[in-house]
Amino acid sequence: MKFRINRFDRRRIVWRSPFHVAGYHGAASRSGNSDTDQDQPVLECRDLRKSFGELTAVDGVSFRIAAGETYGLLGPNGAGKTTSISMAVGLMQRDGGQVLVDGEPLDPGTTGLKAKIGLVPQDIAIYPDLTARENLRFFGRLYDMPRAKLRGRADEVLEIIGLGDRADDRADTFSGGMKRRLNIGIGLLHAPRLLVLDEPTVGVDPQSRNAILESIEQLGSEGLAVLYTTHYMEEAERLCDRIGIIDRGQIKAEGTRRELAQIVRENDRVRLSATGSLHAGAEAIGRIDGVQQVDVVDGGIDVLVEQAGKSLMALLSALDEASVSITGVEIDEPNLEAVFLHLTGRSLRD
Amino acid sequence: MRSALVIAAKDLRQRARDRSVYVFAIVAPLGLAAIFGFVFNPISDADFTATFAVANVDRGPLAAPLVDGVLGGLAEDGNVRLVEATSAEEATRLVEGDGERADQDVDAAIIIPAEFSARVQTGRPAELRVVQNVNSTLASTLALAIVQEYARQLDYVQGAVTTLGSLDPTRLADAAAIAQRAGATPSPVSVRDVSATVKQLDNTTFYTAGLASFFLFFTVTFGVNSLLEERHAGTLSRLLAAPLPKWSIVLGKAITSFGLGLVSMLILIVATSFILGADWGNPVGVALLVVAATASAIGVMAMVSALARTSEQGAVFTSIAAVVLGILGGTFFPISQAGGVLASLRFVAPHAWFLQGLGDLAGGSIGDTVPAIAALLGFAAVTSGIAVPLLQRRLNP
Ligand SMILES: Nc1ncnc2c1ncn2[C@@H]1O[C@H](COP(=O)(O)OP(=O)(O)O)[C@@H](O)[C@H]1O
Ligand SMILES: [Mg+2]
Repeated sequence: MKFRINRFDRRRIVWRSPFHVAGYHGAASRSGNSDTDQDQPVLECRDLRKSFGELTAVDGVSFRIAAGETYGLLGPNGAGKTTSISMAVGLMQRDGGQVLVDGEPLDPGTTGLKAKIGLVPQDIAIYPDLTARENLRFFGRLYDMPRAKLRGRADEVLEIIGLGDRADDRADTFSGGMKRRLNIGIGLLHAPRLLVLDEPTVGVDPQSRNAILESIEQLGSEGLAVLYTTHYMEEAERLCDRIGIIDRGQIKAEGTRRELAQIVRENDRVRLSATGSLHAGAEAIGRIDGVQQVDVVDGGIDVLVEQAGKSLMALLSALDEASVSITGVEIDEPNLEAVFLHLTGRSLRD
Repeated sequence: MRSALVIAAKDLRQRARDRSVYVFAIVAPLGLAAIFGFVFNPISDADFTATFAVANVDRGPLAAPLVDGVLGGLAEDGNVRLVEATSAEEATRLVEGDGERADQDVDAAIIIPAEFSARVQTGRPAELRVVQNVNSTLASTLALAIVQEYARQLDYVQGAVTTLGSLDPTRLADAAAIAQRAGATPSPVSVRDVSATVKQLDNTTFYTAGLASFFLFFTVTFGVNSLLEERHAGTLSRLLAAPLPKWSIVLGKAITSFGLGLVSMLILIVATSFILGADWGNPVGVALLVVAATASAIGVMAMVSALARTSEQGAVFTSIAAVVLGILGGTFFPISQAGGVLASLRFVAPHAWFLQGLGDLAGGSIGDTVPAIAALLGFAAVTSGIAVPLLQRRLNP
């Protein structure tokens, strides 16, 4: 996959994949197909801007999210993630830019359109003196859900977030992870078209975290558009179809995980655990297209290759021909941490 | 509107689980009303009489206006009972020696020492003494106020005398006549005014109503401040992200405050009527006054809360406002009986209007409460007019 570099200004380089360009900007070039619903993003933010006094927190952030797509905003603390999504969901007055939900403009004063969005705030936002069920019911009513439907849906959500057996306990008796899950449940309750989650796993034990990530994966596959912010590289890699890397209020690069990885132009590392004539095998591998470097190590072969996914089959059959038997394959792709470092000169965890 | 009700219903459910609401709204006012009504048995009811021991040792021309004029006048009105003492010591003993003459608790002694008139007339320092009975704060404060006022007028007269004296020494002898005039000027302490305003409310009802209105201002803050609390807890973000207009959030909080205020007042009125024998008066009039007072409490407290940036600040600001206004408004002691500036100043607090309205209701009909209700609604309108735009602007995450 190739990348185009758009020079917007001297400071900023934006990487966009051809897929991205064709998928969204290509609307005009599509031949008379009027099925716009298919391609209209659920959420489109254009050039969002926000300053707090001297500090420019968000400096021209744009992104689009299609139905069924999980979009991640990955950036360190203070990058402007929360401020961006606060504007995107109409919580915060913006200094500039535009927000479109299903093609309709959304402003803080807009009411009806907000029903399409489910928000999971970064800070746990639940009523501790109400039970889990009461919390859900209250917000359900605010979203105008009919009582009968709300009752069933609340039970459903309680199951999704794994609080079915604690439904009638007050939220202040919950563990941190349970509160986090309830926090997410409230955002899901009214079955929004777009679910916006702001660092929903911060401060959660690994087990709860895994449960949360699993349910978000599930939701993405059910056609929900998801906007997910995080400063955890692994979460963005695991969950997001596309990722915007945000730093100092700007999206520095955007694309799929693999597209972003290309930015650092680092090769994939394939570690093959193998037995047999390893040196012969290594020689065979060296002749394969895209292979940059081959090392025989203790108990296997290390290969640096442009794209592991593309070359893996060729690697395996070359080794097979060289009578090397393979006991394990491990692929190490350049991660987003490296991308971030490359783009900003800093680490994600600063 | 529907979402405002949903928010209010949620808030009330939360408050119903919050013990501090019960304390402020019901337990504290009821308990204190019982204590005030029974233990201290204060003297603000219809049979208000203060008993003063008077030792007129001086027997001079400047003592007479005080003893015969001011005090005598009050005695004639039946507000004050005078007990004659022959010496300062006897008067003091009457105040301190409780039980010595058990039939007549003496609230204060007023002592006019020997040579008082002479010293004043010749421009030498002179003093009037008041011995207060620690057990009857109000009546003894009254004695002090009367004497201070008399002394103030004497000062004034003395000043005039000195000026005159320097011009025409022969008129120095007229000092006594001028003092006579001082004594004859309208009663320095307006006890009579008091009778008109609060006298109609019996003792227990006065204290109960005062305490109820005092705590009403605390009770409504549980609703008013919950806006700041929602922001602190982050739930305000969810309310703002929900498909509802901003004003419905503010309206929801107003409904919550109203609900809390009305329910607590209803419980207090019913409970004090049955338990303490308070007589609040015509139910319709009382209901109108309670609604108006609750509205004013919400407006004032919302305005104060709107000045706060955090929920902690909100709690502090509103508590201070509730205490200051409550005391100014005369909810703890009948400030109207203190006379002077303080008595008029109390009307900067809605509490005073509420008590005034109840007094008017007790002494007359519902129609007589119109000024009080109008004043309370005026408070509500002005303060919420300031608070609502401020609060709306505060509505961000
Ligand atoms: N209400 C605010 N007032 C002033 N500064 C703010 C406010 N909210 C955020 N900021 C600042 O804006 C920047 C971006 O913050 P935020 O959007 O919360 O970042 P993130 O969510 O990526 O951690 C930070 O420097 C933060 O301190
Ligand atoms: Mg944040």
